[in-house]
Order: sequence, then C-alpha cells, then structure tokens
Amino acid sequence: MNGLFDLPSDLQNSYWGLIALHLREAMIPVLAGLLVALPIAQLCVRLRWLYPPVLWVTTVLYAIPSLAFFVVLIDYTGLSETTVMIPLAVYSLVVFVPAIVDGVRSVPRETLDAATAMGFGPVRRYVQVQLPIAAPAIIAGLRVASVSSISLVSVGMLIGNQGALGNLLNSGMIYNQPRLIWLSVVGTAVLAIVVDAVLIGLRILVTPWMPRGTRKNARPIALKDAAR
Amino acid sequence: MIRIDSVTKRYPDGTVAVDRLSLEIPDRSITVLVGPSGCGKTTTLRMINRMVEPSEGRILLDGVDIMQQPVNTLRRSMGYVIQNAGLFQHRTIVDNIATVPRMLGWGKDVARSRARELMERVGLDASLAKRYPYQLSGGQQQRVGVARALAADPPVLLMDEPFSAVDPVVRKGLQDELLRIQEELGKTIVFVTHDIDEAVKLGTMVAVMRTGGRLAQFAPPAELLSNPADDFVEDFLGADRGIRRLSFFPSAGLELLTTPIVAVDATAEQIAARGSADVPYLLVTDLDGRPLGWSEPRDLTAGQIEPERLLPYGRPFVAERDSLRAALDGAVLSPTGWAVAVDGEGRAAGVVSQQTIGEAIRGAHAAAPVDAKAGR
Repeated sequence: MNGLFDLPSDLQNSYWGLIALHLREAMIPVLAGLLVALPIAQLCVRLRWLYPPVLWVTTVLYAIPSLAFFVVLIDYTGLSETTVMIPLAVYSLVVFVPAIVDGVRSVPRETLDAATAMGFGPVRRYVQVQLPIAAPAIIAGLRVASVSSISLVSVGMLIGNQGALGNLLNSGMIYNQPRLIWLSVVGTAVLAIVVDAVLIGLRILVTPWMPRGTRKNARPIALKDAAR
Repeated sequence: MIRIDSVTKRYPDGTVAVDRLSLEIPDRSITVLVGPSGCGKTTTLRMINRMVEPSEGRILLDGVDIMQQPVNTLRRSMGYVIQNAGLFQHRTIVDNIATVPRMLGWGKDVARSRARELMERVGLDASLAKRYPYQLSGGQQQRVGVARALAADPPVLLMDEPFSAVDPVVRKGLQDELLRIQEELGKTIVFVTHDIDEAVKLGTMVAVMRTGGRLAQFAPPAELLSNPADDFVEDFLGADRGIRRLSFFPSAGLELLTTPIVAVDATAEQIAARGSADVPYLLVTDLDGRPLGWSEPRDLTAGQIEPERLLPYGRPFVAERDSLRAALDGAVLSPTGWAVAVDGEGRAAGVVSQQTIGEAIRGAHAAAPVDAKAGR
C-alpha cells in the first residue's frame, strides 16, 4: 500500500477499476434520464400548458436530497448501484427537459413549414428535422448533466461503498491517509473534465452545419438572420 | 388546372381569412396572388397543399378534389418555396435539394445527381454542393429553395413571398431567373406577393385580393393596369400605373434619328452638317459607336472634343427589345430630353425625343393591345 495508486484491499478494486465503476454509475443515469426526457420534452412542446408544471416537478425532484431517495429506495433495490443511479437519473431531468424543449422550439418556423409542405409527417419531421437541429442544445444539456452526475456519484459511499471514487473519501478518513482523499477528489475532477471534453468533441462531430464561432453558444442560429 | 371553387376559410374565433374565393389557375403559367397583408393570399396558397383546410368550398386539381388524396402524397407533388427559403440548416445544399426525391424512394446517388443538375439550372455553382446553408448568401439560399421545390419535378409550384427578404438587386436577379426557368419547364406556378411590381412582372394572370379575403380583380397584368376594376385595385396599383403600363408596349415602332450623332473624332464639316434646327444637340460617341454624352454643336471643336465635358446622356434603352417605359425613362433622365437607343452591344442606334415617345404612347393606347406582354 505504498505506491501512489495503491488502494486498501477492503475496497476490492484497483484505482482504474474505481474509475470505470464511477463512469458507469454516473453515465448510465444520464443516458436513462435523456431517454426519459425526450418524450416528456416532446409532450411539452406539443402541449404548451404542460411545460410549466413539468418544469416545476423536475425542479422539486431535484431539490430532494439523495439521502432521502436512498432511504425510500433501499426497501426496493437494496444497497446496490441501482439505488444510487435512480436519483441521479431523476436529477438529470431538471437539465434535460428545458434543454430539449428550448432546442426543439428554436427550429425556425420556416424550416418546419418547409418540412410540412414537402410532405414530412409529424414523426419524420421530429426525427429528421427537429431533433438534429436541437442536437447542440441537447448536447449542452448532456454536458451539464454528466458533470453534475459525476460529482454526485460519490454520495453512494453512504450506502455501503457504492460511491466508486467517493469510497476513497471514507477510506482516507478511516486509514488516516490524505493521499486517498486526493486520489478521490482529483480523480473525480479529471474524470468530469475528460467526459466534458469528449462531449464537446461529439458536438463538433455531429454539427458540421453550425457556423464557426457560434458553436460556443450551442445554439442553432436562426436561418432568418443568416439570410439577411 | 387548379380550380378554387367558392372557398371560405373561417377560423374558430370567427375571423374570415378567405371569403368565397373562386379562381381558375391556368396550367403552365404563373398566377400571382397579390394584396395587402391580411388579404388571405397566403392562406389561399396554403389551402392548395392543405397546410390550411378550407371551411367551405372545394379545391380541384385536374378535376379531382384535393381532399381525396393522402395529404403527404399531395404535398410531395407540389413544390413549395417560402420567404427566407426555410432550408434544413443541418443538411448540405445537395441533400437539402434531394429531400423530396429521397422521400419518394429514389436512391441516394440518383437523388444527388438530380440535385446537382438542379443546382446548375437555378444558377448555383457546383462547388456549393457540399456546403451548409449558413455558408450561403440570402439570394443563394433562395435559389436552393427553388431547386429543392423543383427536385421531384412536381407539376405545381407554390411560392409564398419567396423573394421578399432579399435586397432589390438580388430580387430582380431571382425574378429574371424564375422567368427563365419557367420558360424552360412550364410549371403551374402560384405565386404570393404583396409587391404589385413583382406581380406585374411575373404574372401571366394576377389576382388582386382585398382585406377580408375577397377577390378584387383577376386579370392579366396589362389589363389590370389599363382597366382596374374599382378604386381599391386602382389605389393598390399606385399612382404611376400609367407609366408602368408602358412596360407592355414595345419600343420597336419608335422612329430613331441617326443624324445628330457624331464620333469623337468628327471633323468640323461633320459637326456642322449633323446639327440642325430640329435637333439642338449632338450625341458624341466613342470610336466604337458607344455613346459618350450630349453637347450643343457650337460647343464642339473638331479634334478637341473632351468626353468629360459633355452632358450626361441618362440611361439608354435597347432598341427593339426594351419597352416604351424604358424609352421614356431614358428621355426623362437625359438632361437634353432626348433618349438614346443602343443596340445589343451598347452602340448608339439612334436618338428619340420625349415628344416622339409621347406620340408613340398615344398611338399605343389607341391600339391598346391589353394582352401584349412585350419588353418587360
């Protein structure tokens, strides 16, 4: 237990193993949240009156501490990864729903009219026109949700070492080893930065159609402005 | 043929956008719907491809009620062009144009080569094929919009103020291009605009609509300008409809004088011989015959003519090709009151006075061929 990355054996994992675990526990909820948010957001776009109450509900859910979620969930899913991941997925909705709604709404009126006039049905129009144009806004949401999820995973430590890199915080205190705490904090931060960078790369890859220099805003420009 | 049969569009709140409108839109020609905002012209257009459904009445396409076809099949058989083009910003130019062919099940390569063919037809450089809409100017985007509408070779083209958002110079280019394409393809085009000049320029038939969605007059543009149906139409045509009507009279019959023209290297005898009591001015041309400017004969000294000291000659009109309106415009712009006619290469073909043009206008009005559509 003297190398920089050596860990106490009770963690039953190498440092790299913990990182992989951390990544899984953080990203699965984000992806699940995205999948749930897509239909909810589409409903909010279609039924305008639904958007404010939905936004309100996601905000309230976000305000519930994860510990409270754990207390309820342990009865059903036990001291498992799932118990950690469910609240994380729920939290991501507060980011995804508005990101997708704003993204889909930012598609210019003329573009939608043109699609309809060319004989796009509602589903085809959503998948082939609205979603791709909303992609930058969705990926911007994905970045926020991912970073937040990566930082929140650590709290899983409280229910029996389900906090991946977070578990090191506990071990560091028990064994009085600041090195473990540093490994946890720096590891989590680096992981968040790397994931964010990967998502930026993803956005550049999937949106070659965005004007240079406006990518930072992650907002599709209105065609109207480009035409003038 | 598209037949609009006493169609009314009433919205749930009681507003009537279109009121018992009946129109017969002839095949293979441009029919323009024109009127002030709120006259229901766009609503009418949108009812043809069922983006708006009529409350009463029927629209027949080649004798068949458009409600009988599946809506998306109907729409794919009609090209649609809108203001600001409405391009898919996430697709390349070539893929934008290939949209409808792809939906109709064409192979990717076939659809793309068709798209490239259309780019050429609407005057877009092939190098733009792989670009994205944001990389194009407004005028270029609008051309892509036209190409996209034509991609699947639909018999009908619906155009909703397509050129309103571009600057006047680009707009004129797009209008000329549309007329050229129409000459080649002969589509049935329904064109909506609020610009009466655009309507007169493009329309084979023009439907003037008034606020409340009623038809004020449906006529060829020359007839519209000579016989407006009522005060509303007359008002809408503007104060200078008499002048604009001249666009429909050719300048071909004008008698051009060639005597008062001298080259810049004219001799003293030539200058003396060409001047006359009838024509107080001489038009000086360069050695190729292109006009340089006017001068009074006594101000010209053989061998010492300085082009920069001549009077400007306004805007010349092309003899035979331009209309009486262009000729009159040339005469009005010229400080001497004489218009300069040039040939296709810009060489002076003759000069004509305001008075002669005035006589030609009176003659043309007397003959009044209302369906003549020369020289616009």
